[in-house]
Amino acid sequence: MFVSINQLNKQFLDKDEKPTTVLKDIDLQIEKGEFVSILGPSGCGKSTLLSIVAGLTEATSGDIIVDGTTVKKPGKDRGMVFQQAALFPWINVLENVMFPLKKEMAKEEAEAQAKKYLQMVQLGNYLNHYPHELSGGMQQRVAIARALAMNPETLLMDEPFGALDEQTRTRLHGQLEDIWLETKKTILFVTHSISESIKLSDRIIVMGTRPGIVLTDIKVDLPRPRDQHKEEMLAIEEKIMRYLKKEIDKVVSEELSHEASR
Amino acid sequence: MKPVVKRFIFIVVILGLWELGSRMGLWAELILPSPTNVAIALFDGIQNMTLIYDLVASFRRLAIGLVIALVIGTGIGVLIAKSKTADDTIGSMLLAFQSVPSIVWLPLAMMWFGLNDKAVIFVVVLGGTFVMALNVRTGIKNVSPLYIRAAQTMGSKGIDLFIRVVFPASIPYFVTGTRLAWAFAWRALIAGELLTTGPGLGYTLRYASDFGNMSLVIGVMIIIGVIGAIVDQLIFQRIEKSVARRWGL
Ligand SMILES: Nc1ncnc2c1ncn2[C@@H]1O[C@H](COP(=O)(O)OP(=O)(O)OP(=O)(O)O)[C@@H](O)[C@H]1O
Ligand SMILES: [Mg+2]
Repeated sequence: MFVSINQLNKQFLDKDEKPTTVLKDIDLQIEKGEFVSILGPSGCGKSTLLSIVAGLTEATSGDIIVDGTTVKKPGKDRGMVFQQAALFPWINVLENVMFPLKKEMAKEEAEAQAKKYLQMVQLGNYLNHYPHELSGGMQQRVAIARALAMNPETLLMDEPFGALDEQTRTRLHGQLEDIWLETKKTILFVTHSISESIKLSDRIIVMGTRPGIVLTDIKVDLPRPRDQHKEEMLAIEEKIMRYLKKEIDKVVSEELSHEASR
Repeated sequence: MKPVVKRFIFIVVILGLWELGSRMGLWAELILPSPTNVAIALFDGIQNMTLIYDLVASFRRLAIGLVIALVIGTGIGVLIAKSKTADDTIGSMLLAFQSVPSIVWLPLAMMWFGLNDKAVIFVVVLGGTFVMALNVRTGIKNVSPLYIRAAQTMGSKGIDLFIRVVFPASIPYFVTGTRLAWAFAWRALIAGELLTTGPGLGYTLRYASDFGNMSLVIGVMIIIGVIGAIVDQLIFQRIEKSVARRWGL
């Protein structure tokens, strides 16, 4: 297995210093080149899980192995795209994409590589723009180019299109699918949009909440582009809905009883 | 009407009333000299170069003092932002120092350095250092964790992370710190010069006052005010605005 998550647990201390379990016994095996979505209600620990895979957050127990090495700290083999583009406002688009390349290659080479990936996200004409001069969708594409530019084997994406409008999102879905088909990266894609996950991924990991667990693992075995398979997509959507409905009911009733107990 | 036009008309009206009052003898020349006499005093001072020498001498002290203040202030700011112990000790004292006008250090400074340039520069340094340190500290502590996390996933850490991300991310605070340090240093400079020997704008102000040359007193006051306003509005506020826009604040 290319990415292997074994018996992962994560606890945070709440404000009374009491540990609360956010992720419980997560087991997940991902093959090289797979596009896997992680789907779940808000607060179920999706971001936390991705952040642990990125090496930005430490797990309480369990381990993660990526390409044969145990994850201990962040590394260039795992590129990350956040919900906010997180571009550096003091440098222009080209320099942002060159950021991860500065140390490992000569300037001309880094520039060529950055330009290549900016063209891939169709921003070849915006090299000298500063982030504040770009729309949200464009910023997110620069962030994707920046993550791709260091040529990581794995791409971790935390609701990368969550803050965008519907049309922009649909367009970027197409671009991401093309990029994935072209580069054959292993992608871990966090989302809470069911249709987004069905449209893009080979597999959908549906998570439940409090504590965060893997509810089910659904294979999406439809040819791409998937817009021509509306019915099959709908069937999968209904299946996922049934799983999530129980979870959402659970959250609502928990919140109600919490309200009542106050 | 544009604000610039309004401002211009306002100043003309004030000057007009002032001149009128002087001509009509509403107050004695020694209490408040007329604008024409102030202008003549300024013109004379510039023509015989005394005011120019004063300006050069004042700016030399200010420049030396401000540079030292910015360097030390940045150093302290980085230190207390990065080390909890330093923040708990040095950091808590900074606020106390900052709330004392730096001119109170002049008597001590004169004992240490004598009645000369160094004593004034010392006061200027103290005037600018603490605000700079406090702003640098705030800037570094307020760097968005998102930038740091993003940089970490791109293999940046330690000193590289500091130079390429933390430092540039806090530039807006450096600019504000520099503007405030300049403002405090400028006030400290004039106060220090009033109490020491010349040449210098503050010194000439006191000298003119001792000899009852009120036209020159007001002339120097105007120079001090105009320089302060120009540096603050034309230089610092512009830089601050463009930085804030680009940094998305
Ligand atoms: N640093 C932290 N300290 C304490 N609790 C945290 C911390 N980070 C996250 N949590 C808690 O862990 C839980 C999961 O958070 P996480 O951000 O992973 O959820 P998520 O599934 O990404 O939600 P969303 O879809 O809203 O982004 C939440 O209940 C949150 O309050
Ligand atoms: Mg999240």
